[in-house]
Amino acid sequence: MRTFEYKAPETIDEAVSLLKEAGGSARPLAGGTDLVVQMKERATRFPYPATIVSLDRVSELRGVDFSETDGLRIGAGATMTDVATHPAVRERYAALAEGAGVVGSLQTMNMATIGGNVCNAAPSADTVPPLLVYDAKAVIVGPNGRRTLPIAEFFRGPGETALESDELLAELRLPVPATGTGAAYQRNTPRKQMDIAVVGVAVALTLSGDAIEHARVALGAVAPTPLRAMSAEAALQGQPASEETFAKAAEAAAQDSTPITDIRASADYRRHLVKVMTARLLAEAANRAKGTA
Amino acid sequence: MPRQLISLTINGREREVAVEPHWTLLETVREALDLTGSKEGCGTGDCGACTMSVDGRIVTSCLMLAPQVNGRQVTTIEGLQSNGSLDPVQQAFIDTGGLQCGYCIPGMIVAARNLIDDNPSPTLDQIREGLAGNLCRCTGYTKIYEAVELAAERIRGGA
Repeated sequence: MRTFEYKAPETIDEAVSLLKEAGGSARPLAGGTDLVVQMKERATRFPYPATIVSLDRVSELRGVDFSETDGLRIGAGATMTDVATHPAVRERYAALAEGAGVVGSLQTMNMATIGGNVCNAAPSADTVPPLLVYDAKAVIVGPNGRRTLPIAEFFRGPGETALESDELLAELRLPVPATGTGAAYQRNTPRKQMDIAVVGVAVALTLSGDAIEHARVALGAVAPTPLRAMSAEAALQGQPASEETFAKAAEAAAQDSTPITDIRASADYRRHLVKVMTARLLAEAANRAKGTA
Repeated sequence: MPRQLISLTINGREREVAVEPHWTLLETVREALDLTGSKEGCGTGDCGACTMSVDGRIVTSCLMLAPQVNGRQVTTIEGLQSNGSLDPVQQAFIDTGGLQCGYCIPGMIVAARNLIDDNPSPTLDQIREGLAGNLCRCTGYTKIYEAVELAAERIRGGA
């Protein structure tokens, strides 16, 4: 690896100042499971960084906290292990626990952070479809203070985000899911572990009796960014939670996706997966919703 | 780039070492601290041959920068033995013949010890899952899993 200057600030403000001073030649480092690999392989989407601003000493970025009034706050520096094993995440945000729980190996999960997974902006990022179905908001800190962005507006393309070069993702905020909500995330991979999603699907359903009061469907690895399948959601809203409804929504989700053909799968196969997986996950989410109601 | 001094506890001993910022934890341990048990396989966090424990959690040390471990506790394969006796996991790998070329084994054993510490009675599926980040290209894993089962049994029995 080519060398660089290494900075280890202890506060978010200090980190932002360092990024601002560097004027685009610095990169923030979190768990390193994407950035260090890209630097070793000289495959960064940006010029090789002259300065690395390591975030591992910034305690404000850590922690996962839940309250019934404010919902879930996840520090961007929380690791996949921190997220996937957190009792409130497992109980109230099952789809997110499932997404964070499949990122690489235990070693990867102990290093990789949720902020890194979001900011690396891979279309296949496993935590992002779950964040989309829970209506997460990204809290961003820059030289002029804080701003908040719905997670759906955070992604601009593969590896491209709404962050300026002197801004940091500080935390993710997830509202409390309504009573009667069930959610799930699954991805398709040829191997059980240590793989990258061919397709990822997250869904969330809020049921009132047998009627769908609120629906979210989000897809990974089938477009330049993770996305919400809006026409699938429209096909669910207000409808009975039945196999027929789920089949229509699954068809719509496949239409919402714009996959490419690459080494992992063809576009047609990905569209087929979206349909099959969405139908299955909607049934699973409905079961979970009934279990909580 | 000038070197910077970091201090870390490695296998229970405090050490100071002058590192360049782009050195990985693995390079630092092998080249500067002369502990060559941990291996570099892929260098990209896929194979797990470089697995070490940092503050009690296993990591791929090829992706961690040396300055990131300043002030932290690092355990490598060399740190598992105590007073000249092998760790029960090491002994179980020998007794079952859970290795062929041996290159993956230091990382495999560090990961296996971590797995048993978290779950003293792992099922075969849990062992497979726990070691998914450690690739072996020789054995086909059967003897490795047998070694982990034997080690867990001995540790439960107080070994």
